[in-house]
Amino acid sequence: MLEYNKKIKEIAGRLLQECAVEMIIGFRKGTLPMMNEPYFAKTPADVENLVWDSNCGINLANYLTDRKEKIGIIAKGCDSRNIVTHIQENKIKREQIVIIGVPCKGMIDKRRITGMVKGEIQEVVEHDGQVTIKGDGFEETFTKQDVLQRNCAVCLHRNPVIHDELVADPVTEQTDVDRYADVEAIEAMRPEDRWAFFDDLFKRCIRCYACKNACPLCYCPTCFVDEAKPQWVGKSQDSLDIKTFHFLRAFHCAGRCTDCGACERACPVGINMRILTKKLEMDAKNLFDWEAGLDLDVRPALDGYKPNDPDVFIK
Amino acid sequence: MLFKNLMELMGIEPGRIQFSWISSAESTKFVKVVNEVTDEIKALGPNTRFVKEIAKVA
Repeated sequence: MLEYNKKIKEIAGRLLQECAVEMIIGFRKGTLPMMNEPYFAKTPADVENLVWDSNCGINLANYLTDRKEKIGIIAKGCDSRNIVTHIQENKIKREQIVIIGVPCKGMIDKRRITGMVKGEIQEVVEHDGQVTIKGDGFEETFTKQDVLQRNCAVCLHRNPVIHDELVADPVTEQTDVDRYADVEAIEAMRPEDRWAFFDDLFKRCIRCYACKNACPLCYCPTCFVDEAKPQWVGKSQDSLDIKTFHFLRAFHCAGRCTDCGACERACPVGINMRILTKKLEMDAKNLFDWEAGLDLDVRPALDGYKPNDPDVFIK
Repeated sequence: MLFKNLMELMGIEPGRIQFSWISSAESTKFVKVVNEVTDEIKALGPNTRFVKEIAKVA
């Protein structure tokens, strides 16, 4: 995906030069390897700082919420779906944004890579589907496909669903992936084992709320976790409070989550809270034939009533 | 439906959460549903999950 850089800079430079947008939301190199950070380019000179590689996992749609100016935004498949969701939920207007679409081949999992090598990683270089990790006294090369973020490995929408400019030809979508294997594995457990599974999963949660802050869907001015009157959920480290937090946060994303993986990526202790949102996503697909953010003109499944909506759960 | 399924994924037993829609004119249905629900819940026993007793202070 490195070849995208030139094209991204060219398009971004042109948009800023023509004053078609006031800023471009993209990525610049982070201070640590595999940690690209969001960057707002506001002048044609800033464009030189924009980068694109396999460390752009953050969902940039998160930065569009309630913006008033004209914005150019670089969007991979999942970002574009969240932009559609944002437009549908009136968090931004379509005519305010110029979407620079990036066909994506997946982002690499920094946590997994860090665990695969011994020592501190100083440099990560990509070339032809390979990722080379360099550090003090070691150098290892992995196939990118083997070190993808877990959500990218099972992604079905790599190409932007909506775009004004496209930096390259669309990539081939994956077809032979089993998106819901992890959820199905938990469903096969007995209820008490599931309860124990989630106890264990959330054991390390420190309730820093990085997951909700990174999530483009979590834009409420006051989150339910911060409310005091009424207090919806306990604020302690009690395992039940943690579980309730994750349960409710996930539920607020029902029928909206695009499985962009921003939550899991942002988690400082590596909790796979995506299991919950993925279960909702799976049910939305199976029960309502709904996938979030694919089409601007179709109202979300949970937004309306259809006579054939499944109702077997109502006695 | 999504809510119920997610609760069950997290370990709430199937049958613990039930939904129904009964018109005020459907008294027989009301009695039937209440009896069914109480029987099923009694069979499951007291709920222990998502019940907070005292907050543990770290």
